[in-house]
Amino acid sequence: MGVIVNGTDVELPDDPRVSLLDLLREGLHLSGTKKGCDQGACGACTVLVDGQRILSCLALAVQYEGRSVTTIEGLGDEGALHPLQQAFIEHDGFQCGYCTPGQICSAVGMIEELRRGVPSHVTADLAATAIPCSRDELRERMSGNLCRCGAHNGIMDAIAETYGAETHREAAE
Amino acid sequence: MSIVDKGKEAVQGVAQAVMKKAAELAPDSLMPGGRPDPLIRRQHGHIGKPVSRVDGPLKVRGAAPFAAEVALDGMAYAALAYSTIAKGRIAAIDTAAAEAAPGVVLVMTHRNAPRLNPPPRFLSGDKAAAGDDSPIMQDDRVRWNGEPVALVLAETQEQADHARSLIRIAYEEEPAATSLATVSQAAGGCEVGTFMGEPLRAVVGDADAALAAAAHKVEVVYRTPGHNHNAIEPHAATLAWRGDELFVHDATQAVAHTAWSMAQIFGLEESQVHVTSPFVGGGFGAKGLWQHQVLAAAAARLAGRPVRIALSREGVYRIVGGRSPTEQRVALGADADGRLTAIIHRGVTPKTRHSPMPEPFILPTQSAYASETIALEVQTCYLDMVANTFMRAPGEAVGTVALECAMDELAEQLGLDPIELRIRNEPDKDPISGRPFSSRNIVAAYRAGAERFGWDRRSPTPRARREGEWLVGMGCATATYPYHRMPGGAARITLDADGRARVDVAAHEMGMGTATAQAQVAADRLGLPLEAVTVRYGDSSLPGVILAGGSQQTASVGLSVMMAHQELVGELLKLAGNDSPLAGLRAEEVESADAGLRKLDEPGRFESYASILGRAGRSELAAEGSAPMPLETMHWSMHSHGAMFCEVRVNAVTGETRVSRFLGSFDCGRILNPKTAASQFRGGIIMGLGLALMEETQFDERKGRIMNRTLADYHLPVHRDVPEIDVIWTDIPDPHAPMGARGIGEIGITGTGAAVANAIYNATGRRVRDFPITLDKLL
Repeated sequence: MGVIVNGTDVELPDDPRVSLLDLLREGLHLSGTKKGCDQGACGACTVLVDGQRILSCLALAVQYEGRSVTTIEGLGDEGALHPLQQAFIEHDGFQCGYCTPGQICSAVGMIEELRRGVPSHVTADLAATAIPCSRDELRERMSGNLCRCGAHNGIMDAIAETYGAETHREAAE
Repeated sequence: MSIVDKGKEAVQGVAQAVMKKAAELAPDSLMPGGRPDPLIRRQHGHIGKPVSRVDGPLKVRGAAPFAAEVALDGMAYAALAYSTIAKGRIAAIDTAAAEAAPGVVLVMTHRNAPRLNPPPRFLSGDKAAAGDDSPIMQDDRVRWNGEPVALVLAETQEQADHARSLIRIAYEEEPAATSLATVSQAAGGCEVGTFMGEPLRAVVGDADAALAAAAHKVEVVYRTPGHNHNAIEPHAATLAWRGDELFVHDATQAVAHTAWSMAQIFGLEESQVHVTSPFVGGGFGAKGLWQHQVLAAAAARLAGRPVRIALSREGVYRIVGGRSPTEQRVALGADADGRLTAIIHRGVTPKTRHSPMPEPFILPTQSAYASETIALEVQTCYLDMVANTFMRAPGEAVGTVALECAMDELAEQLGLDPIELRIRNEPDKDPISGRPFSSRNIVAAYRAGAERFGWDRRSPTPRARREGEWLVGMGCATATYPYHRMPGGAARITLDADGRARVDVAAHEMGMGTATAQAQVAADRLGLPLEAVTVRYGDSSLPGVILAGGSQQTASVGLSVMMAHQELVGELLKLAGNDSPLAGLRAEEVESADAGLRKLDEPGRFESYASILGRAGRSELAAEGSAPMPLETMHWSMHSHGAMFCEVRVNAVTGETRVSRFLGSFDCGRILNPKTAASQFRGGIIMGLGLALMEETQFDERKGRIMNRTLADYHLPVHRDVPEIDVIWTDIPDPHAPMGARGIGEIGITGTGAAVANAIYNATGRRVRDFPITLDKLL
């Protein structure tokens, strides 16, 4: 059994040193997942594993046997962009585009964490079951994804537009 | 620097001085920009529209190909070993274990590297690209701590990295100059820095005497640390030799420069080197020619294999230069009304003997304020360290820290509002060169910004506003960056039979939105819908020698396309012939509109491009144009400005500073695309927040080695550090700049550090003059 990448079963590498990131980029030519530091400090390599966001540079590929990995290539395609991808374009949530796939994958995983009521450093009520999708929460939860061009405002606008109404509704219920 | 180089620089300096004088005295009409670009008058085109990036769909899908993502058949992976001493020689190097390791293709050291010519140092020639002109793996010398001393090629990156760890090197260490304080205080340790062949020094009157006699004076020393660019994409290249031709997929701000410089290094014709770089994952001045491209090409030649070299984050810190630290003394003298009588801005910054320029922190002071006397000087001293280099707004980014904080200190002493002090000292011509300003609306920018920001709510008394644990304050500062246009601009326009146009230009996209903004401009220039224009760029085979630096790319490309358009109109009229409604018209009598040409004062005389090409039986028509020498910058004083406003909250218990609001009010000429422009302004400001509060390259003065060479240890602003940043602009076109637009890529980082520091003073009553302003300095 291999690792499932964007729905396709892929063979695990022979070399146990290969990170999940390098398997994606060099082995599968899925270069949408970016290498910014290879040390878990920048977030550019963020992918979703069974829906949870992880740093693929800190993951050995062989650890993910049987797991389902979704990369930026699996989120949307040319004909049908993910709503968040479209919002990034509308709100200019990037400049060079290098941290962008990581930001988008991270935001998709982050929203699931909010929906599950996982608190963050800025959550006022740790016992709350629904956490409002406030700018403070979004900024705190996205701070592991660095952007050097300075597209932070656009990224927040894109995430808030895509998910803001939804989580506010959940909070109200 | 050798005597020959110094001679060259001196000749360059004299030639420039002569040309400058001639350009100053010439009538406006002979200057580029002497007649305003006709696009400035046109108000209802694509320019000024918030068009989304044309490459947005590629970037959000991760489908834009970066340099380390091009796959070549039979490619080997490179890993570099770096020296661990600052100066000396390699006494012994044992590569046997590395060579025997699985998958290893080649171990290259100075013993087997091919003989290479020295890399042409940036600014030493029109197309010189190298940030450092040290010989590359040519001898046993070590020149800085972190210099590459061996390269391993292997079948996989994992194998290359492992084999690299098996190399054993013994050094003979020599005493190295690694302490700025020690070197700068030694007798004869410093000299006046030079930049583009001219000394970094300016003198008007006797500033020291004027300062001594001034009714009010401020005399302060500000220190800024080294900075690293930290583009999220690390430097990388994927390259291959095909026969004697070298193909480089690079991450660079200078494709044409890199191709020429690589040719010099390998003893080739320029035409034998092909450099492509369609997407650059952030540059900020760092993505030039460094040792890694050269080493990879050398190894590829030895091994007979294509090579990918992707620097690790540490690798970027070891071999790519950063911004140098500065120690700046600013002294301001003023009369009782707050009019400046003396401006003194002097200081010291280190550089290496192999890099092009010392951090020119006096640049922003040159045209900032009217004063009877001015004395500016950059002293530089040489250290044995990794090269210093251009980083976003070299000079202005850190120079405005000292100048604009000192202005705030003077305003307080005078009991004047800091904006009023600046307005009182607004110059009516360039204070040093005496040239007229091409366009200067900083006062309007201040007034608009102050109103929008609510500046009137600021208390002039420090520590006057407290909300619980938080001390709240506001500060402002002036941002400034010059208009640049470098020689060498050229572009080609190709029209096809369907009336579509392609612009070919060797420009770069590293986040500025080059293809988007230039498509808007070209569509207006040609009278075409936006969809009918494509811009091809990022390839050394395209026309032009255009650096993505100095915020000059928009002007350089814009003027080149304007010249190509003029050529194209001439060709179209020739092609139209006698059967056209345009028959007999000269180029000056027509304009582009509605996908064709029409007579200026008789719009009924019109023929579409498609019709002209169709009748002539042509499938396409191409015309190339070259931009004239940038004499406009020697005739007018051309600068962008901004008024920066900051509100901070400083925790009275922990000393933590949070920026709660920021506004940049800019005067940068016409804004071509408000969406991408706002992003560039914000991006600069955010880098400025980093400069103010957290960024610092920590240099171990004992070993000459950068200590915090990771993104975990070098702190950048993260989402949580970045508030909503408001940006507005005057949108007043500069009549002497192409499209009326001055560059906007760098100005955001200028003034920001001072605005933050001044706000912190207003909040706390504490002046911190040692950047970054971390919490320990506020406790």
